[in-house]
Amino acid sequence: MSGLRILVPVKRVIDYAIKPRINKTQTGVETAGVKHSLNPFDELSIEEAVRLRERKGPLKVENILALSAGGAKCADTLRTAMAMGADRAFHVEVADSNDGGLEPLTVAKMLQAVVKQENINLVLLGKQAIDGDQGQTGQMLAGLLGWPQATQASKVEIKDEQGTVEVTHEVDGGVETLRAKLPLVITTDLRLNEPRYASLPNIMKAKKKPLEKKKLADFGVEDQRRLKTIKVTEPPARQGGGKVEDVDGLIGKLKELGAL
Amino acid sequence: MIPIARNSALRAVRSQFHPSRTFNQPTPSALARLLSTLAVLEQRDGKLQSSSLSAIAAAQKLGGSVTAFVAGSGVKGTAAAEAAKIKGLDKVVAVDSDAYEKGLPENYAPLLVENIKRGEFSHVIAGHSAFGKGLLPRVAALLDVQQISDITAIEGEDTFVRPIYAGNAILTVQSSDPIKVITVRGTAFQDVETEGGSAEIVEGVDPKSPAQTEWVSEELAKSERPDLATASRVVSGGRGLKSKEEFDRVMVPLADALGAAIGASRAAVDSGFADNSLQVGQTGKNVAPQLYLCAGISGAIQHLAGMKDSKVIAAINKDADAPIFQVADVGLVGDLFEKVPELTEKLKSQA
Repeated sequence: MSGLRILVPVKRVIDYAIKPRINKTQTGVETAGVKHSLNPFDELSIEEAVRLRERKGPLKVENILALSAGGAKCADTLRTAMAMGADRAFHVEVADSNDGGLEPLTVAKMLQAVVKQENINLVLLGKQAIDGDQGQTGQMLAGLLGWPQATQASKVEIKDEQGTVEVTHEVDGGVETLRAKLPLVITTDLRLNEPRYASLPNIMKAKKKPLEKKKLADFGVEDQRRLKTIKVTEPPARQGGGKVEDVDGLIGKLKELGAL
Repeated sequence: MIPIARNSALRAVRSQFHPSRTFNQPTPSALARLLSTLAVLEQRDGKLQSSSLSAIAAAQKLGGSVTAFVAGSGVKGTAAAEAAKIKGLDKVVAVDSDAYEKGLPENYAPLLVENIKRGEFSHVIAGHSAFGKGLLPRVAALLDVQQISDITAIEGEDTFVRPIYAGNAILTVQSSDPIKVITVRGTAFQDVETEGGSAEIVEGVDPKSPAQTEWVSEELAKSERPDLATASRVVSGGRGLKSKEEFDRVMVPLADALGAAIGASRAAVDSGFADNSLQVGQTGKNVAPQLYLCAGISGAIQHLAGMKDSKVIAAINKDADAPIFQVADVGLVGDLFEKVPELTEKLKSQA
């Protein structure tokens, strides 16, 4: 093992603090004029890649490649990733859409080709994108590559020069620790780290870092859709039931509602 | 009608392979007869986990035949036997092997793929638990199909409903894949009769793919309480509890008084008041109990995503404008350090 060549796929999504609005035709969510940001789980994966470099573990980080697929504004997302510490970026141009973009299987196939072309040995992804909430891409990629996977990681440790990695990850009811050898796919969970803010000098520097424009065809992939959106609707609204004055009122109301 | 012709041709072929099928399946429509679902069961130390039951519940809702699949150390005598008693299962495919005990996706996925191919299943369903989330996308990729995650309803054999944007939108989606690989939200699929069945346990195929990861250790939060994801009552605390000591002092007695599971908001978990496994919300657990009683939780979108399907929501918060009051069926404005102990005492004296 000479060093780590890390791929960090990132997604531009509607900002987590914004309540999405359904469009009139019920085909998707309004995206025009809505604040977008880097998917929060992807921030964690960039941060972890950068920390692996800073930690100076048994394996040196040779290169961190950030990648995003989507419309023109994904370039901003990639600049943010580079301001946080990624060395270079690929922007795979895909027309904007309001249905969450490419399907995870398509993304996984694209990433599989990127991994081969760029000789990547560690892929760090977020555990899910907060728009589609699917949580599939990392596992699919690992399956396609035939690599081991560690999902929902809360701690990543490179143990030796042979590329042994120990990952603690979140499972139902606690955590579990796994050991695997590089190459490896890791998806990140919230407790992994606290992402840094990009400093102004780093934002300026990021503008000079290489950002290559790519097409899906460069990776031999088509935007094929297996799932068809029938409709997107509002969840059934909950009606607040009003307030009570004191604890007795609370107990009374709960009894009335049959909850006690 | 070409599709029908193809379907009936397929059925003809299938019934030659399985001549008994047409007799032991009195299904109402020809369509349902073609459906054959594999429910992937999750087991731990030989015991079926609750995600297994939701997978079976969803499979039964689809109609058609339901086969269950389970693998691990000596499961034929334990989890498979338990599954065989569940009403409405055609059979239970079991693979006894220590290699699958920890459910590691690297060798479990190829195992599952072999058994899916052999059984010619049209649908593969697992619970949307850590096990299902890690395993099924890998299986889907190996089968070259696009998975449908965390569904909350079934509208047809190829049409499913799932929440997106942290539950702020509901998507109905139709799959054109030949095999539907699905994970289901546990709180949306329940009601399985765990007694009265007598399914046959059959040997699965074992491709013996090498395990690429090694299971090192685990640390699980120990709890005598009902399981958070399936509890009928949940009490949940947030940042307003101020510290872990206060969280334990105030919330635990209330949970005891109600026989409830304990949950927490992300803010409480991040501040170290409660264990991560107790987190309710988009990035934690989804719960839908009869009663969800929360204290010191403001009601951020990410939290609401995990609990708004609860039957009755009660909230105690000192901020009268907290968003939680917009969804709560009953709200009490006040200091939780006074109100919660008072509530606990009154509940105890009534019991």
